[in-house]
Amino acid sequence: MADLTSDFIGIKSPNPFWLASAPPTDKEYNVRRAFDAGWGGVVWKTLGEAGPPVVNVNGPRYGAIYGADRRLLGLNNIELITDRPLEVNLEEMKRVKRDYPDRALIASLMVPVNEDAWREILRRVEDTGCDGVELNFGCPHGMSERGMGSAVGQVPEYVGQVAHWCKKHSSLPVIVKLTPNITDVRKPAQAAMEGGADAVSLINTINSITSVDLDLFAPQPTIDGQGAHGGYCGPAVKPIALNMVAEIARDPATAGLPISGIGGITTWRDAAEFMTLGAGNVQVCTAAMTYGFKIVEEMISGLSQWMDEKGMTSTADIVGRAVPNTVNWKDLNLNYVAKAVINQDECIKCGRCYAACEDTSHQAISMSPDRVFEVIDAECVACNLCVNVCPVEGCITMEAMAPGEVDPRTGKVVEAEYANWTTHPNNPGACAAE
Amino acid sequence: MKDTALTPGITGGRLPPEEYAENFSDLHPRPDHHEALVAADRCYFCHDAPCITACPTDIDIPLFIRQIATGTPEAAARTIFAQNIMGGMCARVCPVETLCEEACVRELAEGKPVLIGQLQRYATDTLMEAGIHPFTRAEPTGKRVAVVGAGPAGLSCAHRLAMHGHDVTVFDAHEKPGGLNEYGIASYKTPNDFAAREVEWLLKIGGIEVKTGQRLGAGLDLAQLRADHDAVFLGIGLGGVNALNLEGEDKDGLRDAVDFIADLRQASDVSKVPVGRDVVVIGGGMTAVDAAVQAKLLGALNVTLVYRRGRDRMNASVFEQDLAASSGVRIITGATPRAIIGNGAVREIEFEYTDDDLQPTGQTFRLAADQVFKAIGQTLHGEGLPDLDGHKIAVTGAGRTSMKGVWAGGDCAAGGDDLTVTAVAEGRDAAMDIHASLTNAGG
Repeated sequence: MADLTSDFIGIKSPNPFWLASAPPTDKEYNVRRAFDAGWGGVVWKTLGEAGPPVVNVNGPRYGAIYGADRRLLGLNNIELITDRPLEVNLEEMKRVKRDYPDRALIASLMVPVNEDAWREILRRVEDTGCDGVELNFGCPHGMSERGMGSAVGQVPEYVGQVAHWCKKHSSLPVIVKLTPNITDVRKPAQAAMEGGADAVSLINTINSITSVDLDLFAPQPTIDGQGAHGGYCGPAVKPIALNMVAEIARDPATAGLPISGIGGITTWRDAAEFMTLGAGNVQVCTAAMTYGFKIVEEMISGLSQWMDEKGMTSTADIVGRAVPNTVNWKDLNLNYVAKAVINQDECIKCGRCYAACEDTSHQAISMSPDRVFEVIDAECVACNLCVNVCPVEGCITMEAMAPGEVDPRTGKVVEAEYANWTTHPNNPGACAAE
Repeated sequence: MKDTALTPGITGGRLPPEEYAENFSDLHPRPDHHEALVAADRCYFCHDAPCITACPTDIDIPLFIRQIATGTPEAAARTIFAQNIMGGMCARVCPVETLCEEACVRELAEGKPVLIGQLQRYATDTLMEAGIHPFTRAEPTGKRVAVVGAGPAGLSCAHRLAMHGHDVTVFDAHEKPGGLNEYGIASYKTPNDFAAREVEWLLKIGGIEVKTGQRLGAGLDLAQLRADHDAVFLGIGLGGVNALNLEGEDKDGLRDAVDFIADLRQASDVSKVPVGRDVVVIGGGMTAVDAAVQAKLLGALNVTLVYRRGRDRMNASVFEQDLAASSGVRIITGATPRAIIGNGAVREIEFEYTDDDLQPTGQTFRLAADQVFKAIGQTLHGEGLPDLDGHKIAVTGAGRTSMKGVWAGGDCAAGGDDLTVTAVAEGRDAAMDIHASLTNAGG
């Protein structure tokens, strides 16, 4: 069985699955249950300054969107940072770390942008024995209205400045948690790196309104007839998070900067995907909030089995494996030609591929009176929509044409050589291949 | 001593009183809101969906299921009723396992179809229980149409005609309208007087007058109807019951299964409906199964259904056969009745095994029987009807008969299965054809 132990910026954990800073990690009781369930690490719910804690709304703080069978696909929250006294949190963290020395315990922090405030909180946090700190520059709701959270994360200069203060006033590893509510996520990542941060984690939640109550005419979750935008997470945000992780992993300016991947990770497969795009470990929240802590057992067994199948012995072997294959559009091989193939033995004759292709694409699927659906190679551009809408996994596949074959759509011979847009004759800026 | 299953002869009250209510409760209770949403989520919204093709009334099933899934069962009901005004009854009695649900791609994929019948029940009940009739009548046309038979075909035809503004008079031989919906379907499929409530709801369209106790050939004359109306629709069903043609068929204890089923449906207290200790049902269709299962539910000790051909030839669906078997009915196939034995009342029936070509094998057996139900098919009754095709009224197109201005549909007309849903479709289509001919007389 593959070795799942993880070393992320010097922080050791028995597996790369951490719980993200969020409601599941708000107090000792939950965190002990998480560790007992098998989670490798926990980023404690974000701590604020000493003094009267923040308050939360007393009505619904989550909203959701669903797939078939009411499967939760996206979750939105308007909860703030911990609303429990700083002292209580610190004492609990200390006890938990003492009892679970092999697990990673990270303190998430959010205080106003001034050096004294950060120095003070770092001093108090170090005393818990925690393994590192994560700077919450991501929460897009509530705290951002007070100049914290994403209000900091959206200004790269502030990100770099605070990271710098934290490295200056603490010996703990510093992770900067980034907001996705920004045009180019590479900028705050670069700033964090320049400020001396040891790693970035991303993504935090996305500005969102999940739904509108059509009786009250108010966004949901609705508090006394009104709603505010919240932070969106869960499986629905995974593609956005994956891209942002890859953007940072591919950027020469941040190459090698450790990344803790976050955003809709629900299964071992999601975790593996984040890691192949450059994440050194992953953080999970919504999946645990949906199904409970037990899901980590599937994540551990699944990742382990896959690594065995791939002959990988260490989680480090996974990290970044897909980064070299993540390129710009202009780099894609335009000589590659594929065609959809429908496996008639697998087909259940629902006709969704036909409707999708006929109504919205290239009219490349035929339908016989007895509901046999076949690809018309002369029309098929291999767009993949039929694969995407087919309810049966593996029924429709994309098969590459071999070099030398003639593409019946274009009448051209499939070339063996790689050729991309930069050298394509239709490109006005094309340059001849060297 | 109290009557029990062991009491010989034909008697009521074989069971403890509380068991009757349980035995005759809804076979498939309506799914609740949660169950409906879970079931609806399984629909793939197929292109040109096979379930629609399989439905004799062409209900847009994927659309109505999507309407349920998006929280508008009322809109779903409108989609159903637009094609099938008796969508409520069909949701209860359709053999979906041989129609829409058999065609469902998830039946092919997983052996578990989307529960279309149940979802249709959920949608139609929602709208009907709200007391909403979703159609309004067009401006009166002044045209008068006579509909003979207030069963599914006649009522469907009448509703569609009334919707288009025609004045319709429906005649029926029975005391109540509804036809087989009211008299001919097992009680556990349509409890709580649903058939009568459905008729009442259907008539809310207006423009339909129902006259009961009017039998064609017994005071009601087809020639006169034609003279008095602009068009006539015959939905008279099959009034006659086939006989065994055996000596002693008039012995006590022998009955037509349809009468037994009707008695149960009309009984205010099913425990009073008498049933034998040893019951034999002869036949292999839905009527035979309905009679056999209900005899068992009334507390008969032994119920045996005997069919002359093989199982695969039974008109009762596999679901119905399984229902009978799980109710404790013994099914014997490949056997034909040869003799009725008994002195005054039936005591035994002798059968002979037959081969696949119904040729006698010489091997016989006897079944103890104090009650025998005949369910070997029904035939068309009536004089002066339009030309026949075999034993039924010949029709072309949407129910046009050999008589000008006379249409026919439902069980009495040739072609199509003898199903409620088929009757509804034929009544509806005949109505549209009548409407076209009345409003476009020259064309």
